[in-house]
Amino acid sequence: MDTHHTMNDTTILPRTGRLDAHLAPVVIKDGKSLYAWLWLLVLAAIPWVGSEYWINAIIIPFLILALAGMGLNLLTGYAGQTSLGSGGFMAVGAFATYAFLTHLHLSFPVAIFLGGLIAALVGLIFGLPSAKIKGFYLMVSSLAAQFLLEWVFVKFPWFYNYSSSATISSPSIEVFGLDISSAQGKYYWILGVVVLLTWIAINLTRSQTGRNWMAIRDMDTAAAVIGIRVNHSKILAFAVSSFYLGVAGALWVFVYLGSAGVQSFSLQRSFQILFIIIIGGLGSISGNFIGAAFITLLPLALDFVSQTLFAGMVDAGVLQNIQKFIFGTLIIWFLIKEPEGIARLLTNARSRLSVWPLRF
Amino acid sequence: MTTLSHAGNIILDVRDISLSFQGVKAITSLSFSVQRGEICALIGPNGAGKSSLLNVLNGVYTPDSGEIHYESEHFHKVHPFQAAQRGIGRTFQNIALFKKMSVIDNTLSGLSRHGRSNFIEHAFKLPRARRESAEFLERSEAVLEFLELQSHRYTMVGNLAYGLQKRVELARALVASPRLLLLDEPMAGMNAEEKQEMSRFIADINRDLGITVVLIEHDVRVTMDLSDHVVVLDYGRKVGDGTPAEVQANPDVIAAYLGAITPGSVH
Repeated sequence: MDTHHTMNDTTILPRTGRLDAHLAPVVIKDGKSLYAWLWLLVLAAIPWVGSEYWINAIIIPFLILALAGMGLNLLTGYAGQTSLGSGGFMAVGAFATYAFLTHLHLSFPVAIFLGGLIAALVGLIFGLPSAKIKGFYLMVSSLAAQFLLEWVFVKFPWFYNYSSSATISSPSIEVFGLDISSAQGKYYWILGVVVLLTWIAINLTRSQTGRNWMAIRDMDTAAAVIGIRVNHSKILAFAVSSFYLGVAGALWVFVYLGSAGVQSFSLQRSFQILFIIIIGGLGSISGNFIGAAFITLLPLALDFVSQTLFAGMVDAGVLQNIQKFIFGTLIIWFLIKEPEGIARLLTNARSRLSVWPLRF
Repeated sequence: MTTLSHAGNIILDVRDISLSFQGVKAITSLSFSVQRGEICALIGPNGAGKSSLLNVLNGVYTPDSGEIHYESEHFHKVHPFQAAQRGIGRTFQNIALFKKMSVIDNTLSGLSRHGRSNFIEHAFKLPRARRESAEFLERSEAVLEFLELQSHRYTMVGNLAYGLQKRVELARALVASPRLLLLDEPMAGMNAEEKQEMSRFIADINRDLGITVVLIEHDVRVTMDLSDHVVVLDYGRKVGDGTPAEVQANPDVIAAYLGAITPGSVH
């Protein structure tokens, strides 16, 4: 490689008269940042509006599930690598954070960050087969990861510090010396983490890293020919995705539930995260929030409908089955009709609305 | 045939390349050379080994024997990534674009291997990543302008007309400023007007940007008009090599390939 091609002002395109004409940089219209600020304002105001029950039981799990969805979406929706191991990687994040808290007595934010890194490392290792296998077979190997990780966290008591219930629980959660055990404290702390990681996810997906992922998703052979390091990019996607999942797992145990065992991160959880991104939208950041909102609010909505319309005559078990039925139907419908989920339906509706007076 | 050891203005010299697939010969000891700055057309009937040859040149296939001299190097095998790194750009017979990405994102992806910033810099939008992304965007916009694709920049490639998709693929190859551009049937499936447009772009790329072009094309008329140099293949062998006029006058070529066409109607 003695003629290593490096970049400078002249290598890309020799300046000819024709090319020099309009080199003005393009300004991408960014009306979206206004929406983002509005959303932030709404989110910041929630503790003054919502009751403690709403924050603890609905909004906090919603935010954490959205974060986990984001992790899987980076891997599946952007880089095109299917995985059913999300629950396992969440467990790694939670148990690693617990180890950092109990054995090394690190502060909560540092422990969560390191827990995420450990999850990223484990994700990277389980991502290695993606260099050789894809699609269905890769999904099966992720399933193996899920079962192996679940087994590890049951089999070795060291991970739950030899507690008799085989669960891990938060000693006390303090962030920078502030006790955040109140609903508001938990909420703002989680909101901060989610906003930061969302910002990073948006940056990544709009960067060369994200373009490499999408190129591999759309056609990996062509990506290799134009000089994208395919295997390197795939494995990076696994690591970044698992970092997000690991952080979400740690938040799930130590901020939302308070204490939990590995059963919280079973295959069921992996499917739940997968449903969030299918319903919300594969390859969309906002889709994770939409999907997570849908999946947390649907049971409540069903409950509300049965209470008001049928005055509680519908059995709770029946309701649960109805819920499963609705999810199943929706997932089949989305996979066939709109793989880009509710996020895409919303953009379509918006662009249709913006031109509707001119349509006829 | 080509004894050009004083290869000062030769960008690509193919020497005695043979390629077979499980015993079936695709290319048989083929040699030819391409001058810097020319448009060289590879023509021949279907199955003559043209696409296989392009795949050898950018490392998708490994030849059984023979050598390729490119710029000052010679190699037997090259990895596609290294070929791209050395400035060999390529488009495909069946469009190989990233269908769910926009035109500008497809074009930008062609610059991926020039990127020096890592994913941490991307994640936090650090200064080097910002600079690089602004620079890449500017270059991509210049290429889109050159190929008259600006009005489609945010369109998802899968929604574009076929002819435009071919042009986006050209943009993706061009943005990385290749020194040698391999085009596999850039005008396949196009109507006369689209072919004319594409020929104009290829001629502009060659003349204005000084990029050497090796292309495969079935439309004999377009090929003869566009290229400086024609290599004719038949059953993996070279049957003709020269200027368009020489090739058309070559009886072997007429027998092998142009047989059905009277020489007068070609020009």
